[in-house]
Formats: sequence, structure tokens, C-alpha cells
Amino acid sequence: MATPTTADFDSILAEAQRRWQALTNGDRPWVRVGTGLAGEAAGGFEVVSAVKAALEENGVAANVSEVGTLGLCFAEPLLDVQMPGGPRVFYRNVTPEIARSIVNEHVAGGNPTMEHAIGYLGEPGAAPDGIPDLNDHPMLGQQQRIALRNAGHIDPSDLYQYIANGGYAALNQALTAMTPDEARQEVLASGLRGRGGAAFPAGVKWGFLAGNPDPNKYILCNCEEGDPGAFNDRGILESDPATVVEGITIAGYACNANRGYIFIRHGHNQPIDRTRAVIEQAYELGLLGQNILGSEFSFDVEVALTGDSYVSGEETALMEAIEGKRSMPRYRPPFPAQVGVFGKPSNINNVKTLAYVPEIIAKGGEWFAGIGTPADPDNRINGSSGTAILCLSGDITYAGLIEVPLGMTLRQVLFDMAGGVPNGKRMKLLQTGGPLGGVLSASDANLDLVLDFDVFRAAGAILGSGGIIVCDEDTCAVDLTRNLIAFCQYESCGKCFPCRMGMSHLLEILERISNLEGTEEDLALMRNIGENMQAGSLCGHGQLGFNPVSSALRYFGDEFEAHIREKRHTGDCSDQVFSPKLTRR
Amino acid sequence: MDDATQSLIADAVNNQPQSTVTVLSSLLAVEDAIGYIPKEAVEAVASRMDATVNDVWAVATFYPNFRFDPPMEHRVEVCWGPSCHVMGAGRIIAAAQDALGLSDEGDTPDGKATLRYNTCLGACAHAPVMAIDHHLAGRVTPESARERIATALQSVPSH
Ligand SMILES: Cc1cc2nc3c(=O)[nH]c(=O)nc-3n(C[C@H](O)[C@H](O)[C@H](O)COP(=O)(O)O)c2cc1C
Ligand code: SF4
Ligand code: FES
Ligand code: FES
Repeated sequence: MATPTTADFDSILAEAQRRWQALTNGDRPWVRVGTGLAGEAAGGFEVVSAVKAALEENGVAANVSEVGTLGLCFAEPLLDVQMPGGPRVFYRNVTPEIARSIVNEHVAGGNPTMEHAIGYLGEPGAAPDGIPDLNDHPMLGQQQRIALRNAGHIDPSDLYQYIANGGYAALNQALTAMTPDEARQEVLASGLRGRGGAAFPAGVKWGFLAGNPDPNKYILCNCEEGDPGAFNDRGILESDPATVVEGITIAGYACNANRGYIFIRHGHNQPIDRTRAVIEQAYELGLLGQNILGSEFSFDVEVALTGDSYVSGEETALMEAIEGKRSMPRYRPPFPAQVGVFGKPSNINNVKTLAYVPEIIAKGGEWFAGIGTPADPDNRINGSSGTAILCLSGDITYAGLIEVPLGMTLRQVLFDMAGGVPNGKRMKLLQTGGPLGGVLSASDANLDLVLDFDVFRAAGAILGSGGIIVCDEDTCAVDLTRNLIAFCQYESCGKCFPCRMGMSHLLEILERISNLEGTEEDLALMRNIGENMQAGSLCGHGQLGFNPVSSALRYFGDEFEAHIREKRHTGDCSDQVFSPKLTRR
Repeated sequence: MDDATQSLIADAVNNQPQSTVTVLSSLLAVEDAIGYIPKEAVEAVASRMDATVNDVWAVATFYPNFRFDPPMEHRVEVCWGPSCHVMGAGRIIAAAQDALGLSDEGDTPDGKATLRYNTCLGACAHAPVMAIDHHLAGRVTPESARERIATALQSVPSH
């Protein structure tokens, strides 16, 4: 076996550090603008253009980068200015006009503009007068950022910036100092559970593939992310795709696989373009392809796109989509580790799962296992290590993307960090883990739930992919359930009739109830349909598809009663008249 | 079909940047290039992929993002996912329908615009969200949605 050397990596790292030094402490200021999906929706690209135009007008040279998201989505477009060697001063909700004045006063004039500043990040003591430390913002201060460690800080399309901030040290370490099995043992020891929904231990799953002697094996990274209300997978790929590319490469090494696919829904340009950009640079630097860093390990990665189909996020449907077919789930067995994509053994992980891997290798499985919640076998709690990457949206003061240690309570996240419900209203309902996750009431007991995969399951909800949609007292539980089932109906792939027909019937019944035309029998009818869906569906979509209804009945049964018996609305639904219908052809 | 479109199709199908080329990747490439999947494209994909025309139609009709007749000048999408729903997507959809003179998803009779509903545009933290000609706009109100649509209708066609 050829002995890998670190020489190549050391020279790459030296070049990366030289470039980073030039950016942060060189001859010109550095302006970074949030241009993730939320940044774009808030006008981030218009801000970038305004900054460039204003720099030209002033005749000032500065570096301008389109970064991903720091997670403070409520403050997007977020712009920050770093004068050479100084702290970064962040400005919130920047418009093109505000951007121009920031360029004039701060970038050209050297004086931070107080009016729109939200905080600074940098060495203590470097604080510009009167501007608070951004880490004192409740939304940021209590985070523990592992997968999001670079998000919003580096140019996501520049692999050198990732490397300058510690990137690829883990792969280098694995290739030079660990056998594939040792790398896998580290992930096993970390207790890392899959973040795609089912929370299955990643190291165990990797073992199924590692044990297969086939010379052609695949690692698939799932960024379908069709769950409405979830944007963390795309958030990672648009902010720091390199951590996922490094993670999938390490997974490939640990499983003796030779090819990887990162699977993204078409049309989401930032995640797609930025992931492709770092893959290309990784090839140029010898971090992908033949004999990575001079070792005997070779690995290829490419981006594969899917059309609009929620179910293509299901692991076997995803394989069909990569093969270019209709993304309908396959029968199991055979399981992916025996027969996966293109008939070859495959392992599939979510974006977040793979994004953790470099830090787990670099800092050790024990370190990661020390974060999170312990096991409690008596109560069927297996322990959840690491962090939760949560997407907060809906009626919440600070909407955005955060990473917090598992074990925090919902109350800490939603009130202490995210500022609760705005406008003095009452928090009523939480929709978690994607549409199939169902709803929770915002009762005291539920707000005290700790973030833990099994604790959530016991409460009838799913932590799953990490979406939390907060609803205030104006939201009607029946109306929201109708919306969730409309989604499930729209997205049923149509392969099995309990799911295809069941969803349509559930939607019809829920429409009837929302129109105050429901009958007493409707509740029993829905339960009957739900039982059949659960028992007779091939994939999780149909099996879990009754969750929105069952959880809503569990927590908000009285609202269903009010609509049915008293013919009374229990929320403000005056503008909610809409349920699209589509049955896949 | 004119020669220019024919060659755009051939180019899209035959020059894909990634190394794994499939029926779906080819259809997505055609959609990106010309905004729809004409029958000539189905034939081109079938011949490139050594598949039957039926196989290609099966894939094309499964994914609702594909359309089969030429695109309108502009494309308006409104999200109805739950984050947007609770933040008032219903009103945005009504405003978009009103601004376009439509009562549902679909094309305007004058060929100017298509209205599409979307299950999640990915900017949920800025709900309610819409996209015009593939550019996202968040925290829209019925008034701002109307304005954005009016501005788009007056701008250069996206295709
Ligand atoms: C209907 C359906 C949709 C799914 N969508 C996704 C998705 O968008 N992203 C994802 O990572 N997993 C999704 N999953 C779960 C995957 O099947 C799979 O369990 C997961 O990608 C494995 O990754 P993990 O072990 O890292 O969690 C979905 C499952 C079902 C049943
Ligand atoms: S359960 Fe539903 S989504 Fe899953 S395979 Fe069956 S029809 Fe398709
Ligand atoms: S449908 Fe529940 S309040 Fe109107
Ligand atoms: S739910 Fe509307 S953008 Fe995600």
C-alpha cells in the first residue's frame, strides 16, 4: 500500500491561509452579503449590485462576496463589513439605498453606520463604539455550531476559504492516520443518528455497506428536502457545501465506496451552483478523483438533480430518480446496501448527517457523543448526540436557521432564543418535522419537551428534519391539517392505492369539516382510512401520512368538534380558500 | 418547430455538464434551455438514451414541473406550503389570480404569464413567498404581489 503523505495537503493549506489572510487582513475591506434563499427573497442580490455600484462610484477597492446564511433570516439581507484586520460589523434588513450609505460611510469613510447595525463579530476589545457583540443576540449566543460552523462566514463557492477555516484536515487525517474501519468506528462512537427523519445510527448503516465486498459502491447524499418549512439542507449547501463534500468523501473512505451523488431538487440554484463549484475545485486540488492526496483512495462525486417530487426524498425513490426514472419507491428487500442505485450497493444519508462527519473525525466521536441527551433504556430513549439544526418559521419573532445542542427544550428555543410570537399573541400550535410529522399543541408540557428524537416520538411528533412552524392563536388546527393533507395528497406518488386514494378522501373530508359541513361519522371515517393507509402503504409517505390528522385530533379534538357539532370556526380562516389537487399521471 | 429550437434541444440533450446522463437529467436540461418539453424533445431524449418514446413520456408526465407547450413570457409562482399558509398565502394567491385575470393555476389567455402554485420555495423564514421569473420575493403582501406582477408584465420576457 502506498503511504499517503501530508505534504500535498500542507501546501494546499498554506495557500489557503495565505489567501484568507489577504482577504481578512490585506489591503482592502471585505463586504459579505447574505444571498441564500432567504437572502435572495429579501433582496440580497439587489444589495450586492448596489454595493458594487457604490464602490465604483467612490473609487474604492473592496472584496465583495455572496455568502450563504448566518441563520438570522429575519435580518436578511444581512451585510457585513470587515476593514483590514478589524471586526466584522453586521447590518440588518439592508436595502440597496442602505447599502449605498454603508459603502459611503463605512467602507469608504471608515466609520460604521450605527443606524442599521445589528452587531459585530471579532476579537473582544475590538468593539466599535456603541455596537453590541452579535453573540449577545439571543438567536446566536446560545447556538453550538458544528454543521453550520462556516455558514455565513465564508464564500461558499471558494474551497480555499473552507480549507483555511479547518476544512479537509479531517479527510487528510483519515487518509494518513486511520484505516477505513477506524474512521467508521469514530462515527459509530459519536452516536450520530441520521438527520433525514428516521434517526438511524449512521455508523451502523455505514457498516452494512462497508461489509459488502462489491468493488463498485455508492454513497448518496439526500438534499431533496421537499418538506415545506424545512430549509436547513439547502441552507447548508448554499452556505458551506464543502463540509458535505468532505463528509461524503470520508463516508466513501469508511465504506470502501468509490462514487458519490449529492441529490438536489432542480431549480434551487444557490445550493446546486455552489455545490458544483466546490466539487470542481476539489478535483483541481486532488481532494476528489484518483488517489486523493496521494493515497490509494479514489472517489468521484457529482450533483444529481430531480424534478418536483416530495417522495423522491424517500431512499429507494431517490435511487429511481438518480437513474432518471419516475421516483416511485421500490420494494425492500433487497436493501440499498445490497442493491442500490444502478444495481450497486449504496448507502444514503441526509445532508446534515454528512455535514457533521468532518468535525467528528477531527475532534473525535467521544466529543460529539458528549453533546446532546443521554440514553434512558427504561423509557425507550436511545440518546440523541450532537446538535439539532432547526428551521424556525411562521408566527415567530426571529425566524431563521439555528443549531443548538440536543437536550435544549422547545421553550428555550422558541422563547429565549427566537423571541416567541410577535404582536402580543399566544403561541398555539407547532408543526414539526415536515408535513408527516404532524402537530403539537404549544402547551406547557410540550414546550418543556427536550430536543431528542425519541422524546418527540413519544409525544406523537417527529423532530425529523428540524422544521418548526410556529402558529399563533389565529391559526385553526382544522385548517392547517387540511393544508398538510393537501400537500400529502398532492405528493402521493400513486403507486399504492391506500395512500393515493386515502389522501384524496382525507382531503375531501377535511374540506367538508372546514366548510362546517362535516358530520359525526367523519372522524371515525378518517380514522378508518388512516389505519388502512398505515397498514397498506409501501413507503413512509402513506404509512405516516395520517400523522397530521391523528396528532391534530389528539391535541385539538375540541376544534374538530366545534366545526362539526357547533358549526363554528375556531380561528381566522377567512383567506384560506385554497387546496390544490393533483393526482400524478 | 424552427431550426433554432431544434438545435437548442439537441445541444441541451447532448452537452450535459455532469457525467451521469439519464432520461430525467436530459428532460431537465431541455426544460432549462427552452422552458418546455415538445414532442421533438421527447424523441431526442429517447434516441440519446436508447429508450422508447413511451419511457420518456412516463418520466416527463410524473414530475409536475414539466410543461408540454411553449412557456408564457413570464412565470409567477406562489407558495402554499404551511409556513406560507399560516402567514397568509391564501391572500397572495387570490391577489395573483386577480392581477392575472385567472381563477386557478394556468396560463393567461393573452400568452403573457403562467401562474403556478409551489409547495415550498425554500425561503420559509420570509413567508409568504412568491417567485417571479425564478427570482424569489419574500414577506409579500397582496399589494406588493400585485405590484411585482405588474412590473414583471412590463419587463422583457424571461424566455
Ligand atoms: C416520503 C419520504 C420523503 C423523504 N424525504 C427525505 C428528504 O427530503 N431528505 C432526507 O434526507 N430524507 C428523506 N426521507 C428519508 C430517507 O428515506 C432516508 O431515510 C434518509 O435520507 C436517510 O438519511 P439519514 O440516515 O442520514 O437520516 C424521506 C422519507 C420518506 C418516506
Ligand atoms: S405510500 Fe404513497 S408515496 Fe409511498 S409508494 Fe405508496 S403511493 Fe407512493
Ligand atoms: S376552518 Fe377552522 S376556523 Fe374556519
Ligand atoms: S413553505 Fe413557503 S417557502 Fe417554504
